[in-house]
Amino acid sequence: MGLLAAPASLVAAAAEPVAHGPSSVDSAGFFLDYAWLIPLLPALSFAGILLFGKRMKGKGSALGIAAVGGSLFLALGAAVTWIGHRDDSHEGVQAVHRTVGWLRSGGIEYDAGILLDGLSVMMLVVVTAVSFLVHVYSTDYVAGDVRYTHFFAFLSLFTAAMLFFVLSDNLLQMIVGWELVGVCSFVLIGHWWEDQANSDAALKAFFTNRVGDVGLLVGVSVLFFAAGGTFDTLTISERINAGEVSHAALVAASLCLLAAVMSKSGQFVLHTWLPDAMAGPTPVSALIHAATMVVAGIFMVARLYPVFWEGMSIAGSSINVLALVGAVTLLFGGLLAFTQNDIKKVLAYSTVSQLGYMVMALGVGAWTAAMFHLFTHAFFKACLFLGSGSVSHAVHSFDMKADMGGLRKVMPHTYRTFVVATIALMGLPPLAGFWSKDEILVGTGGWGLLGGTHGNGSYTLMLAMGMLGAAVTAAYMTRVVYLTFFGTYRGHGHPHESGPRILGPLYVLAFFAVVAGLFNMPKGFQLWPEAWQERFGHYVEPVAGYFPAIGHAKPSWSLAVASTLVALGGAALAWRYYFRRVEGRSTASGRSFTEVPDGPVSRGGLPRAVHTTLANKYYFDHLYTGVIVKAVKGPLAKATYWSNQRVIDGVVNEAGRRSVAAGRAVYDHIDQGLIDNVIVDGSGRASDASGEGLRTMQTGKVQQYAAILFAAATVLAGIFILVLSL
Amino acid sequence: MILNQFLLLAAILFCIGVYGVLARRNGIMVLMSVEIILNSVNINLVAFGAFRDHVAGEVFALFVIAVAAAEVGIGLAIVLLIYRNRRSIDLTEADLLKG
Repeated sequence: MGLLAAPASLVAAAAEPVAHGPSSVDSAGFFLDYAWLIPLLPALSFAGILLFGKRMKGKGSALGIAAVGGSLFLALGAAVTWIGHRDDSHEGVQAVHRTVGWLRSGGIEYDAGILLDGLSVMMLVVVTAVSFLVHVYSTDYVAGDVRYTHFFAFLSLFTAAMLFFVLSDNLLQMIVGWELVGVCSFVLIGHWWEDQANSDAALKAFFTNRVGDVGLLVGVSVLFFAAGGTFDTLTISERINAGEVSHAALVAASLCLLAAVMSKSGQFVLHTWLPDAMAGPTPVSALIHAATMVVAGIFMVARLYPVFWEGMSIAGSSINVLALVGAVTLLFGGLLAFTQNDIKKVLAYSTVSQLGYMVMALGVGAWTAAMFHLFTHAFFKACLFLGSGSVSHAVHSFDMKADMGGLRKVMPHTYRTFVVATIALMGLPPLAGFWSKDEILVGTGGWGLLGGTHGNGSYTLMLAMGMLGAAVTAAYMTRVVYLTFFGTYRGHGHPHESGPRILGPLYVLAFFAVVAGLFNMPKGFQLWPEAWQERFGHYVEPVAGYFPAIGHAKPSWSLAVASTLVALGGAALAWRYYFRRVEGRSTASGRSFTEVPDGPVSRGGLPRAVHTTLANKYYFDHLYTGVIVKAVKGPLAKATYWSNQRVIDGVVNEAGRRSVAAGRAVYDHIDQGLIDNVIVDGSGRASDASGEGLRTMQTGKVQQYAAILFAAATVLAGIFILVLSL
Repeated sequence: MILNQFLLLAAILFCIGVYGVLARRNGIMVLMSVEIILNSVNINLVAFGAFRDHVAGEVFALFVIAVAAAEVGIGLAIVLLIYRNRRSIDLTEADLLKG
């Protein structure tokens, strides 16, 4: 990794042609040429903290913060350089691509390298920024933890792994980064492994991801052969766009990769690990849900977009698997959030739902909208998670119904930032979530009112589910805000506001939750200067041969108003239920309620059944552990036991019996007869006899010894003279 | 120069010394006999040195005298310790190495 830039300049000096155009040879400025430093810094800090962290001041947290801060600086530098780079080139802009030979096997050369374009630069900024804030937050949140140093070491590695993944220029490197991210999440989710539930959750996250990894490996292999024996993403993308890759292979590859995305990014039906992953410390949840891990799947689709574009036939269609998976996830994931009492689990299902938005956007061809939503979501979701951490820090629990309520008075700062991020997540103007969500809805191309939006197809079903999802999101977030901050306090002890190292990151993230939307104001939006419209799309979306020619939907005032009304409607329903009826009953009875006692759920019938289904999370966990795992585990274990007993043990036992018999024969004849009797005993007896004879010589009298010495000397002298005189 | 007389004297002294070492039971007498042996060798060395008109003989003799002084020092210390332990310096009684 450390030598990436040097070979590139050598290549430039020798003026040899390089695969990807002139820009890969020209210097693109320090920050882009040396972008490999960005993952290297946290990786080094991981090693440093692990080896020397306990002896450092601040137990290693200072080193972690410094390394990630350095990465953040480099990432911002890269972003500024990229913006200049993009503005200088009018016709399409080539990605900055630096490679170095990695290994050669079977006549194929494997390169390792970095690939920088708007997408990876944007991801670098998001990952380093969120990770930096999470690091700062953690110094307070996990202070005094038994494995404080260990925690910071893996936080560094997690960041490094994600940055490495984002920068990788080929599929093999992506797999490495992908698995590294998975391992780090496993370690961090199971941070408090003394509790069985936590270590189970870590295992569940890891194993569920393994299911998807099979898809990743198969998909990558298919792509490798279909694209003519290369792992290079740029080459693969260019060949697909040039129509050189068979459609059938792309269908297979995109479906396999979709399985990987479903496990990594928590899409239906492999989403079950994500809420359980809340067992980890809250800063880790924030990092997993906002910047690393779950967005890895989204990023992979975005990076290999031609594969999905062709494989799923996104253009000119009205439904495809990718969009359907996203749409189902966003709606049904959001519904699950209603029955959760754990504040972090609500947010986890909210992430599932928002990731569904992104996948759906990619599925309908709204690439920029998906990336923009990823960008804005990172800020407000990190803010929400860190805010929930701040609350739980105060009340020592995550249970909204049992231990929270009325916290807005004691935690005004947490309350303010949490509400700002909530409004951003609900998608109400003018906060960040509104712009990105609206762009996704526009991108579906399903809006026919007042001229339509001209997307890549007419995904009307996706539009409808996205609208419904917006209402659901607004409703469950209203519920969270009520249960946490309103009503009267139901917990024990005296909650208090958190310290500056927790509130600082919250305010920074809340600020971005407000303004992040301004980066990508829709084109033709009359209230915003034209030179500042669609900046995000302009800098992030690749305009080059490796990116498919996607269509761009036309923003629509009517859709924006409609989606805002729908979200407001969802919020209003929840508001009426919680802030009016539940609050009214609570004041009337003098007790703090969390649900209306005679609400629709307690009356039975359909609402009751729906509630039970949701509370059991659609029975997916039962399906996996109770049916699939049990069905596989029982017979498999039995068959294994049988073969173990009969076949393997039989062989082992027979071999054992034979060797016992052989051993006995050897013992009786050879060992006892020959070796013991003749060699061992014989030599003993011989030395015994000779010793008896010799011991008479040892009188212990010095003079006798001297006499022998002189006698011998005399004899030797005689012989000497005899020899000389001969 | 007549070499034979010196060699004869040295041989007689050597035999006296060997007799003393082998026959005396007193540890100090044994040590003195060893000194006689060494000095008989010294006579031989000096005699041959003078006969060959070469300084090496005298140099070797000086070395032997120096080593003999050290040897006597250690030997007397051993005899002293034997005396302290056994109240006797009879070498026939010091036979702990008997097999």
